[in-house]
Amino acid sequence: MSDFYLIRKNLTRNKLRLSLNSFAIFIAFLLFGVLASLQAAFDAGVELSSEQRMIVTNKINFTQPMPLAYVNKVRAVEGVASVTHANWFGAYYQDPQKPLVGFAVDAESYLEVYEEFVLAPEQREAWFNNRIGIVVGDQMARTLGWKVGDRLPVSSSIFTQKDGSSVWEMEVMGIFTGNDEQFDTNYFLLHYKYFIETQSFGGDWIGWITIKTTDPALNDEVSKTIDAQFANSPAETKTTSEKQFSKAFVEQFGNIGLMITSIVGAAFFTILFIVGNSMALSVRERTNEIAVLKTIGFQAPRIFKMVLSESILLALLGGCLGLFVANVLVNGAAQAPQLRSMLPNLVLTDMVAFKALGLMLVLGLVTGILPAWRAMKLNTIDALNRR
Amino acid sequence: MTAERLFDLKSISKSFSKGKESIAIFEGLNMVIDKGDFVAIMGPSGSGKTTLLNMLGGVDKPTKGEILYAGKGIEKYSEGQLANWRAAHIGFIFQFYNLMPMLTAAKNVELPLLLKKMSSSQRKKSVAAALELVGLADRAKHKPDELSGGQQQRVAIARAIVSDPDLLLCDEPTGDLDRATATEILETLQLLNKDFGKTIVMVTHDPAAAKYAKRCVHLDKGEFVEKELVA
Repeated sequence: MSDFYLIRKNLTRNKLRLSLNSFAIFIAFLLFGVLASLQAAFDAGVELSSEQRMIVTNKINFTQPMPLAYVNKVRAVEGVASVTHANWFGAYYQDPQKPLVGFAVDAESYLEVYEEFVLAPEQREAWFNNRIGIVVGDQMARTLGWKVGDRLPVSSSIFTQKDGSSVWEMEVMGIFTGNDEQFDTNYFLLHYKYFIETQSFGGDWIGWITIKTTDPALNDEVSKTIDAQFANSPAETKTTSEKQFSKAFVEQFGNIGLMITSIVGAAFFTILFIVGNSMALSVRERTNEIAVLKTIGFQAPRIFKMVLSESILLALLGGCLGLFVANVLVNGAAQAPQLRSMLPNLVLTDMVAFKALGLMLVLGLVTGILPAWRAMKLNTIDALNRR
Repeated sequence: MTAERLFDLKSISKSFSKGKESIAIFEGLNMVIDKGDFVAIMGPSGSGKTTLLNMLGGVDKPTKGEILYAGKGIEKYSEGQLANWRAAHIGFIFQFYNLMPMLTAAKNVELPLLLKKMSSSQRKKSVAAALELVGLADRAKHKPDELSGGQQQRVAIARAIVSDPDLLLCDEPTGDLDRATATEILETLQLLNKDFGKTIVMVTHDPAAAKYAKRCVHLDKGEFVEKELVA
């Protein structure tokens, strides 16, 4: 027998109370695990954004087009190292209910700006030389079973071709990955020329411009110069850092962070009272036993540690169960095609797990500190006479 | 031959405050307890018997006076020092047994040994010996609610003696038991005193229980009166 044995026996002596408390903590950490994973997935794009890259969009909003001519004008701005542009294709493959992320880009300049993009040299060359060629991210290729050489009918839910068809024939010329494991590979790239020459929307227009500055310190100046250049034109621009752009994109869905903090905060606040009250009651019921332990020679700090450990153990028990089920749910949800295209990085990360462990410890400490203090300060004589 | 002195209580007083009023339980009390003694403390309710017992056990402190244990004044010890001292020298037996309901008899008996530097196998041997001594070796794996009152008190005695203390302090050890069971418990205490040399101080209301002691002191109105025991 050890102190841990006593702690465990005290924790499990009232099975109903243990189950109810564990369940309350389980729910709180299940919510935390799922919601924090969602937040991490939403934030992953923001985190991976480069400090050196900036995005130029139409000032109205990023879905509005801009003239292709802007690309060269932006390139001429002092402090701009390289420039590329892209259009949202609105792709789906066979099932319109399962949208895919696809961009129409200028291949060579795109790869110059996005240095983290990893593509075999021979596949890069093959893509450059094939008008209907596309390169597909590793995750998307694995999900859809696409491989190099496949010719595919890819549809757009937004655009149509001049002949009225919404299906574009494309050929997979390469599979790309990133130099960071968090790099999103759940999208594909097609040639801008193929897209713009075949779609019926008309004109030389682009969705947005991505630039790389020679020095991040110049970002402010560069953005001001670009926006000033197009002020009072039919398509005024708004230039922001890639991080800000990604953040604004995520916030279309609402303030995810605030929503998650509110829900998790409410859950934790509630269980703080439930478990705290229950721990206090449980220790009060044991007043006599604690007095006996002190009488036979257990030191007050040792009693304090035992009661506090019990409450931490309870938090760890319910919390780890909640986190485990959250992991199962997140992994399950990440397999859903729609969610996968929207949140390619949906996974319960180590950081979320560490944060949860930290919260469990805090919960255990907060709910146990008062009962532990009372147990430590218990007047042995009063407690023994209370019977 | 002079007996070795275990306790020497010198002019101890105890009072407590009730509002602005200070109520004295006893004042200037003197008492000597020798090693191997078996003292019964009797007296009316509120006479301070249990308070005195708590002081002997280092659970309570006198307002004035000295409590010398083997020549050292324990009333000056800190809470932590007293806890260590109790673990090393004192075994407690309570009226209501005070066993841990979620632990088996053996685990209850093992509790004081958690305060000693002993291996698990040494602890098991000591527990088995203590339970054997009180006649409950076959009830080691039973929980308190599976034992009778007398058996629970025997487990409590085993817990009190398992760490081989010098002194056993018993607060109404038979107060919750029928006569036959009480007799068994008192015989066990007598055995521990006579055969194992344990010094015992027992608080009791029961004159029949007091007869098992070597001497009986009567505490009344804050003073001791030594009484003759009729065997």
